[in-house]
Amino acid sequence: MGGAEHNKTAAAVREARPQIAVVKMYKAREEIYPREISGRFATLRWVCVWLTQLVFYGLPWLSWNGRQMVLFDLAARKFYIFGLVLWPQDFIYLAALLIICAYSLFLFTAVAGRVWCGYACPQTVYTEIFMWLERRIEGARSARMRLARQSWSVEKITRKSGKHLAWAAVALWTGLTFVGYFTPIHTLMHEAVMLALGPWEWFWIVFYAFATYGNAGWMREQVCKYMCPYARFQSAMFDQDTLIVTYDSARGEPRGAYAKLEAAASRGLGDCIDCSMCVQVCPTGIDIRRGLQYECIGCAACIDACDSVMDKVGQPRGLIRYSTDHAMHEAWSMDRIRARILRPRVLIYTGILLLIVTAFFTSLALRTPLKLDVIRDRGSMGREVEDGMIENVYRLQIMNTAETSRHLRIVVRGLDGITLATASAVDVDGTSSRALPARVRVPGGKAKPGSNRISFELQSQDGDRLDVREKAVFIVPH
Amino acid sequence: MADFTNGFWNIYISVLTLVGMLGCGILLWSQSKQKVLVEGDQSTEEAAAKALTTGHVWDEDLTELNTPMPRWWMGLFYLTIVFGLVYLVLYPGLGSYAGKLNWQSSTSYQEELKKADAEYGPLFDKYLHQDLKAVAVDPQAHAIGERLFLTYCSQCHGSDARGNKGIPNLTDHDWLYGGAPEIIKTTILYGRHGQMPSMGPALGSDQAVNDVANYVLSLSGSTHDPIRAVFGKTKFGNCAPCHGADGKGNQTIGAPNLTDKTWLWGGSIETIKTTIDKGRNNQMPAFKDFLGEAKVHVLAAYVWSLSNDPQVDSAAK
Repeated sequence: MGGAEHNKTAAAVREARPQIAVVKMYKAREEIYPREISGRFATLRWVCVWLTQLVFYGLPWLSWNGRQMVLFDLAARKFYIFGLVLWPQDFIYLAALLIICAYSLFLFTAVAGRVWCGYACPQTVYTEIFMWLERRIEGARSARMRLARQSWSVEKITRKSGKHLAWAAVALWTGLTFVGYFTPIHTLMHEAVMLALGPWEWFWIVFYAFATYGNAGWMREQVCKYMCPYARFQSAMFDQDTLIVTYDSARGEPRGAYAKLEAAASRGLGDCIDCSMCVQVCPTGIDIRRGLQYECIGCAACIDACDSVMDKVGQPRGLIRYSTDHAMHEAWSMDRIRARILRPRVLIYTGILLLIVTAFFTSLALRTPLKLDVIRDRGSMGREVEDGMIENVYRLQIMNTAETSRHLRIVVRGLDGITLATASAVDVDGTSSRALPARVRVPGGKAKPGSNRISFELQSQDGDRLDVREKAVFIVPH
Repeated sequence: MADFTNGFWNIYISVLTLVGMLGCGILLWSQSKQKVLVEGDQSTEEAAAKALTTGHVWDEDLTELNTPMPRWWMGLFYLTIVFGLVYLVLYPGLGSYAGKLNWQSSTSYQEELKKADAEYGPLFDKYLHQDLKAVAVDPQAHAIGERLFLTYCSQCHGSDARGNKGIPNLTDHDWLYGGAPEIIKTTILYGRHGQMPSMGPALGSDQAVNDVANYVLSLSGSTHDPIRAVFGKTKFGNCAPCHGADGKGNQTIGAPNLTDKTWLWGGSIETIKTTIDKGRNNQMPAFKDFLGEAKVHVLAAYVWSLSNDPQVDSAAK
């Protein structure tokens, strides 16, 4: 700061008298009108929107072996995912899935910052869809701002209500689709058309529709700024080599307008023409030129905007670009940045992720689609039956998690002369469980008084080598 | 809802709850704005807009940046207070006040039961109008019966229905009250109370009890002392009113047949002596109110099928 300037400020301070102002701790939201943008990253985001939404809206309509391909049947406690049927006993897979999601998030964030937020997060995806509808109905940024300032007129009412109706339609369809993952969607749609939905179906459809409408239509960047926990703890996963959307201030500053093809040296200004396009396109309403901010969702709309402006003024692209903190401070080349991707942190995340993913799929592939629980009858200890045999009673809970019925043979082992007094052949229907009483006998004197370890075994009689073994206790009375 | 012995505590709880909620509201309102000293000669609005801190200073020189929260967020805080008040009006929460909805966990349980009955009732009602033997042939009814049995009966009769000491085996043909399907249904519906009186005092001596016990064993051809049995026969008149002069029992009152080798409490001489001397008391609970007739119907058919082959029976018809 120059000496003259300093003196001026000091004088201003001396003249100023302290006064009391009221600071509000809560502020009304300022509406953001993001400008439409096209470019590499906008295209990439639309590709993500199409991909995720085709899967989301389409998947429940597909069938697999005469049932819905993906269905989470909460009432029956069975999750159908392609050829797989998961039971409550398989809950561990959900935990593993969540761990995989978490580690993927760690990995992607360490490498490229908030890519999830910028391209694939439902909040971003639905906001993108809702903004597209908004543009179609209310027009571009300037038209929308004008409309907002206008007093109420027929045109304003038509446009506004048209927009909300369109939003509500998308939201309702989303709600229906979501509920369609939990209750067969063909029946659901039929019921919806006939207005014969149950109260809980109504509730969840309206709930998810409202959440979609509210979050993508009204809340938008507020969700990312104030509600999303991931947005806040992402900074713990950033390091100096994480790719972030950055403004190259060394190249851009001092900013100011200049004529096209004017040489940088002669104009005494940086490359930034201060057109504020990067601010206008920002869905969270920030100025990226002020550096990395927690509001930035990494959508790269400002990169697309700035690139198009740089093309027009005849300067190289990349005034705003994906770069890293290190690269900015030490003027690294792109190759250097790429080399730093393979740093220990990333390698460790990748290693752990690969390990869990491998374990997850191996475990799923080796999963036995048959489970056996043995519950000893508590009412009686051992009893003596004919020929001096000792008898114990068990209840076998046989769960066939596959979708085809099974013929099984029950075998008991563990003691000399141990036999099964009840039928050893049993059929269990597909995706069902069966409780079966079983009497086991051991000749008197062959086993010690007290409890003896035995085991039950289920052997598949369908030609595949599948058997399940479960431990149990045989009690011989004194 | 007399959880408290003194009415004071109802008031204490209510006041504490309401004052707490009111306090939260006042705190929110009073903390939503703050006066702060700004240097400059702008208007108050401009000064407020330029205020960099909230005016909150602590630990000598630490200040808080002025980054206002969204206003809807504060709305949510007020909403929780409104929610709390509405809740307190509708549901029990203020001392002994029962709430406008008069909600109770016990009635809520009953309502859920009613709902479940409405949903699954028709399934059972379908069988209720069928003959028990016809129900026994139905594989679906059999599966339901098996589940019902494992849930409600197996605690005493065992998963295999073979009973236990003092609890009858349901898989043989020996029935205390009769094995016809309708009788089994009556047994489950209304329960049974089987009582063998203590005969020790009537017989007068341990010797007399021993004599009768040996006679009883002789009826089924079990090992016994023939001389004692002869003496026992003369005293069996005490037992005949229920068990019959021939000892074949009486199914109308549930007196067991003593001429077979099935023993409810055990067939050793010692056990029989104890039974005669001390008597026995057997209780089969009634399930009419608990399960309802329709479920009992399916259950009775299942129990009957344990000792009969329903397929053969229906084919014979």
